Amino acid sequence: MSTARTWLRAEVTTSPLHARLQRGYYGWLRLRSNPLAFAGFLILIGLVLVAALAPVIAPLGYNEQSLAMRLKAPSAEHWFGTDELGRDIFARIVWGARITIYISTLVAVIAAPIGLAVGTTAGYFGGWTDTVLMRINDMFLSFPGLILALGFVAALGPGIGNAVIAIALTAWPPIARLARAETLTIRASDYIAAVRIQGAGPLRIILRHIVPMCVPSVVVRVTLNMAGIILTAAGLGFLGLGAQPPTPEWGAMLSTGRQNMLGAWWIAAVPGCAILLTSLAFNLFGDGLRDVLDPRSE
Amino acid sequence: MIDVQNLRVSFGQGASLVHAVDGVSFSVREGETFGLVGESGCGKSTVLRALCSLNPDWTGTVSIAGAALAPVPDRAFFRRLQMVFQDPYGSLHPRHTVNTTLGEPLAIHNIPDRDRRIIEVLDQVGLGAAFRYRYPHQLSGGQRQRLAIARALILEPRVLLLDEPTSALDVSVQAEILNLLSDLRRARGLTCILVSHDLAVVAHMCDRLAVMMQGRIVEELDVAALSAGRTTTAYGAGLLAASRGYDKRLASSLTADEPGA
Repeated sequence: MSTARTWLRAEVTTSPLHARLQRGYYGWLRLRSNPLAFAGFLILIGLVLVAALAPVIAPLGYNEQSLAMRLKAPSAEHWFGTDELGRDIFARIVWGARITIYISTLVAVIAAPIGLAVGTTAGYFGGWTDTVLMRINDMFLSFPGLILALGFVAALGPGIGNAVIAIALTAWPPIARLARAETLTIRASDYIAAVRIQGAGPLRIILRHIVPMCVPSVVVRVTLNMAGIILTAAGLGFLGLGAQPPTPEWGAMLSTGRQNMLGAWWIAAVPGCAILLTSLAFNLFGDGLRDVLDPRSE
Repeated sequence: MIDVQNLRVSFGQGASLVHAVDGVSFSVREGETFGLVGESGCGKSTVLRALCSLNPDWTGTVSIAGAALAPVPDRAFFRRLQMVFQDPYGSLHPRHTVNTTLGEPLAIHNIPDRDRRIIEVLDQVGLGAAFRYRYPHQLSGGQRQRLAIARALILEPRVLLLDEPTSALDVSVQAEILNLLSDLRRARGLTCILVSHDLAVVAHMCDRLAVMMQGRIVEELDVAALSAGRTTTAYGAGLLAASRGYDKRLASSLTADEPGA
């Protein structure tokens, strides 16, 4: 253990892997030294574990109905109580974690590259390219996200897949804005001038020299946006336009719980708390990630 | 080797048009080091940036190593000409290791045998292979400038443009870098253009120099004349006098000349 640690802290790194691992190790130490960000990180790890181990934690599945056990308050048998069809809410929350992770990862995977590509291209080339791309960006930005997503879902039909596409389409413009602003400062720097007089073409400069500088702020931004994305997904679910029953999507669960809110508070409160906790975790983690990803603070 | 005729570079349009370089002509022989000196903002760095096509909006004729410089040169051009920037803190990509920084020009030009070349050039600039996997923030200012020089030399150019290569460095490190540059220049037979406002650096490095003022060359002289203080223009004499340190009488005579002072 201690030899591994000395190797990671070595003054002289001996291979590309070593250099990369060392950077990762120092990033990890910075994350550890920030208790709030680390707490957010632990909650997210917990969420991933719960989602991965759902069949072990809740072996009966999320759709096991028992009408005799309708609307039971939280007890030792049903930790979070049961809903109007007698389904165990704990099991549904556990299985619902999978959907939350599915939506947030897919949105990040779609929106971040689009935003990065549009932003860096507009920022690097400037002129007409910039004007055209940024006006398209403005068009997307000028719609409220949920309304635009509603429109897309209405056009494409309800369902998780379409909800993801709709949310991704509303999530990329702020990322593109951010990437463009970063690119404008980066492209004026001497290290970009240096690679230009080595004869590099625009594609190489953008992909290998500008994108790596934009990635940290984009990752932070996406992480901070993740809370909003989860809320939008839950909002679509709440309106009945996201995940369809009996899928245990947290927003949809909240929506059905609303009908029994006065008699059975737990049906709405539990998924609400799950959404709150996950959004909070993403926000805390995103804030700390800024320090972790800054190469100058090493 | 380098021939520049009537080079003009201007920025802005209409009323805000500024002629940063206004009809500059000079030529540099093969193996020679040519100095461009002048106060801040006189256009000396702009000349260099035009020569390496970082600023494509220039007019005039420039030929480098016998070939005319195109507004958008082909890739092979950059194997003949490289540049070392002023600030080694800004000219190195903060997320690239030494290895990546040096491997990039080789990858762009599809040059084989990368490992050997990288280790060789690191030795030549006095860094050594131990530095190969470090990031720029793990290097000192002098080490960074050595890396920047290595990056310029790894393509084995014949012309090296030096844009105040020591002005961002500590005084003690400046001499090291200047000696390294003189050694490399001699060993490789490089033709150099050195931009500086430090006449001592120019006297140490250059064979000939030109004094620039407000985008024009006002005087050309060789280094012997510079050392002897034989300048032919009042501006050259003033610059030389100013470089010898602060002189109260000189300073007040300069401000007295300015209109509105």
